Parts: sequence; structure tokens; C-alpha cells
Amino acid sequence: MKKLKISNIIVHLLLLAGVVIVAFPFVWMILSSVKSLPDFFRFSFWPEKLDFSAYKFIFEETEFFRWYWNSIVVAVIVTITNLIFCSLIGYTLAKFQFSGRKVIFLLILSTMMIPTEMLVIPWFVMSSDYGWVDTYWGILFPGIMEAFGVFLMRQFMSGIPDDLLDAARIDGMGEFKIWWRIAMPQVKPALSALGILTFLGNWNAYLWPVIVTSTSDMRTLPVGISLYGTSDSTGIMWNTIMGMSTLAVVPMIIVFLFFQRKIVEGISLTGVKG
Amino acid sequence: MRQNGGQMGSGRLSMKMHTRQAMIAYLFLLIPLVFFLGIRIFPTIYAFFMSFSVQGEDGYSFGNYVRLFHDPVFWKSVLNTFLYLIITVPLQLAFGLLIALGIERVHRFRWFYRIVFFLPYMTSIVAVSWVWRLMYDSNIGVLNQILKTLHLPQQGWLSDPDQALLSVSAMLIWQMTGFTMLIFLAGLQGIPRQYYEAAEIDGASKWKTFWKITFPLLNPTILFLTVIGAIQSLQTFTQIVNLTGGSSGTIGGPLNSTSSIVVYMYKQGFRDFNMEYASAITVVLFIMIMLITLIQLKLLNRNYDA
Repeated sequence: MKKLKISNIIVHLLLLAGVVIVAFPFVWMILSSVKSLPDFFRFSFWPEKLDFSAYKFIFEETEFFRWYWNSIVVAVIVTITNLIFCSLIGYTLAKFQFSGRKVIFLLILSTMMIPTEMLVIPWFVMSSDYGWVDTYWGILFPGIMEAFGVFLMRQFMSGIPDDLLDAARIDGMGEFKIWWRIAMPQVKPALSALGILTFLGNWNAYLWPVIVTSTSDMRTLPVGISLYGTSDSTGIMWNTIMGMSTLAVVPMIIVFLFFQRKIVEGISLTGVKG
Repeated sequence: MRQNGGQMGSGRLSMKMHTRQAMIAYLFLLIPLVFFLGIRIFPTIYAFFMSFSVQGEDGYSFGNYVRLFHDPVFWKSVLNTFLYLIITVPLQLAFGLLIALGIERVHRFRWFYRIVFFLPYMTSIVAVSWVWRLMYDSNIGVLNQILKTLHLPQQGWLSDPDQALLSVSAMLIWQMTGFTMLIFLAGLQGIPRQYYEAAEIDGASKWKTFWKITFPLLNPTILFLTVIGAIQSLQTFTQIVNLTGGSSGTIGGPLNSTSSIVVYMYKQGFRDFNMEYASAITVVLFIMIMLITLIQLKLLNRNYDA
């Protein structure tokens, strides 16, 4: 018993060493955001004195909160459309009998193999032709639905007993209402998993938003931070960038702490199923 | 209506109901089909055609592919991409598994470890890339300051062509390990307790139990994580751009030492605006990802057969 305890302590120590390595960049980010620029060159581990000028600068001189807003708008809309469309498609493919069902499923599934990188060029040509460049629609149209979500929802919709749906039909409920009122509540865990994954994916999306936006107004948060950092001609304003990173990361961490169980379950669920 | 419904409850649909059901299904699938054809399939075909047309020339030819074949920067980017894959995938799996095993072993603070190790995976890639860039900075970065305090030689990190790719890889591993850990944890929890109890009764050592029970039963998880990791590392882009781009460096630099396939595609397509050439690069990427997917399907089928 005693021996077991010692080995447990060793495991704890190893895990704590890992925690220090993993968490250090976050600590460093927050510390650096409250340093003054000279602090960086003087190299002091702790800031000489707390300096919030970076945050003042972010609030007053940059469009940071506009980028924040853009990211929220895009991620929320895309999450909603994915939840609706993926579940409707998944439900239809799982629960309806019609010719071409298999072909349609395989067609949708096959698009999972296509890398986004291959599509951004045609999307950009398309967006230029239709005037979608630098609009919300331009940023979000490629993500309205994802094959992965369809796959996931079809798996879970298959598990709903047919009798339940037939009973609703006998009661004279319309097909659309059956999907929304009967089927949807049955797959809530899958819906929350899909919602979380879609939101995270779009919140962090970079390649397409950086291509399709051209004015500072329309940038999403990652694009805004990235272009702010790389476009400096006078050298990198490290405290400002660390301030922006902190403002981008810390609220996400807080949200994560609240929903950590759901998020962890969601990702494990899709990982195991996928 | 009621009578009809009674029949339906017995599980057989009438002919009329059958067509009605099919009509509703097509109605539900109308918009999605338009989307998947218009926003996924058609652009893919478009990209293929585009890759066979050379900018400034009429008609279709293999011109872009011939040029790719003779383009040293392209080959450098392909090589780098494979290096990212070979370096990051095994390590992120190894670390993820070790951490998951550690967390499975201890009883206290599990949730704490799980949260902290998972943080890098769910936070903004761009934001954390900039933090790493600051830490790597050869003048003001904390890593060199630590080396200095320990009286060790300072390193160039991202500014040294020999170290830049490894520096980027370290960040990629740091970021992905949280994900592999989580999936391994789910995999470990899926292994029935009885197996371990039986092993204990038989007096098997911990080491033997791991290699004879845990590891083989984790095989599907390992395969899944390898495939996901491989596909993701082939698409590495955001980290490289944010670690190396800008006024103090060039994207994929120094000397293309960190450039990946996607970075090179981005530079060709959206910096030099040679989208035809960039399309050819994405076709190469597409073929690589398709091969990995097909290998995965093959391996999975074999697992089912066994």
C-alpha cells in the first residue's frame, strides 16, 4: 500500500512537470501583456511595474472589438446552420426510404476527403465574380454545412426507434415537425458535440477568412491579430499583440471551464465514433 | 386517416405513403444537395481544370505540373511537410498516451490535469503562435534568457534555418497533444475492467499488462489518431504564417526552411496571384490526403475481417 502511494506521487510529479510546460506559454502571454515595451528589451521575468498601456491602445486605437464581433457573428451563424442542416440531412438519410439514398450519402461523405486548401482558390474566384469578397456571407458560405456533421448526425439518428416516429405520424404530425419535435430531442448529446466542434472550428478558422477579407472592418479575430502582427513596419509591438492574444484566449478558457465536461465529452464522442 | 395510420404502425407503408415519403426526403435534401454540389464538388472539378491551364496561355496543358517538377522551392516544401508529419505525429501520440496513462493512474486532480493539457488544443492557433514567437525570439525571447542564465549557448530558434522547422514542430506537438490525450483517455475507458482484473489474478506485471492488453486494445485509437494527425500535419499553415511571416521575416522562412505545401500554395496563389499554379499544388495535396484516407479504409477493413 505504501509503495503504491510513492509511485502515485511520482506520477503526480511527472504530470505537474507537464502542466508547467503546457501552461507556461499562457502565463507568459498574460505577463507580457502588462509589460511596457522597454521591459521586453531589459528582460525582466516579471513586469517592472504593471503597465496597461497595451490594453488602452487596443481599446482606443485598433478595431479589435470589431474583429471580436465579426468572429462571434460568423461562428454563431455557421454553428446554427450546421446544427439545422446536418441534423436534417442525417435524419432524412437515416429514416426515409427513397431511391438514390446511398448515392447521396456517399456523395456527401466523399467531400470529406477534399482539403479546404484545394477549394479556397475556386471559392475566391467565385466570391470575386459575385461580389462576396469582404462580406459576412463571403466568410461563412463555405461552412454552412459539413459532411462530417452529416455523418455524425446520421449515425445518431439511426438509433431513434421507428415506432416513435410512426406514432407521431399516426397522430397526424407533419414530417417537418416530426424531425424538429420528436427526432431532434433524441440526439441532444450529438447536437451539442457538433455545435461545440463547429463553433471552435470556425472561431479559429484562418486560411479562408484571411483570403476573403480585404478591409480591416471585416477581419475575424485570428485574421485581425495575425495581420496586425505581421504588418508592423516599425517592429513588433509585443505588448499589444500579447494583450490581443490574452483578450482572445482568456474568455475562451473561461467558457471552456464552464462547459469543459460537455466539450470533453463531445470531442471524445466524435473521436470514438469517427 | 386513422385506419391508414393503424396500418402504418405495423411497419409497412402503403405505395402512396412510400412515394409521399420519397418526395419529402427529396424536398429535405434539395438545399443540401445544391450546396454540396455547388460549394464542394464543382469547385473541386474547377480546381482540377484550373491546374491544367497555364497563366497567360490558352488551352490545357501539363505546364504547371512540369514547372512544379522542376521547382526546388516546391520540393523543399514537400520535404518539409513530410518532416512535420514524421516529427510531430509520433511524438504527439506518445506524449498524449503517456499523459492519458498518467491521468488514468492517479485518482485526485484528474479534471485539473485534463483541463490544463487540453487548453492548447482549444485556444486560438493564431494567438498562441504569437506567444511562441515571442518566446522563441532570439533577442528578447524567454528561451534564450533561460539558456543564458544556465550559461548555455543561446540558439537562433526560428531565425536559424537549421532549427526553425524543429521550433515550429515543437509548437505543433504542444498544441496537438491535448487532443490525442483526450481521445486516448476515451479509448482507455473503453477497455473492460475485467481484462485487468484477470491479468492481476494471473500475476502479470504492469509492463506486461500494458503491452498485452492495453496497447493492442488501443490499436483502433492509435490508427485513428495517426490518420487525423497525418492529414492535419499535411495541411500545416496557420502556425507557420504566424510564427515566421511579417516585417521581421518571410512566410515559410528563413530560406524556405519552414515552408509547407499549403504555405507555398498560399504564396503562389494569393501573393503572386498565380492561381493556376497554386491549383496544381493543391491537386498534389489532394492526392496525398486521398491516399492516406484510402490506406486508412483498407486498414480498418482488415481490422473488421480479423
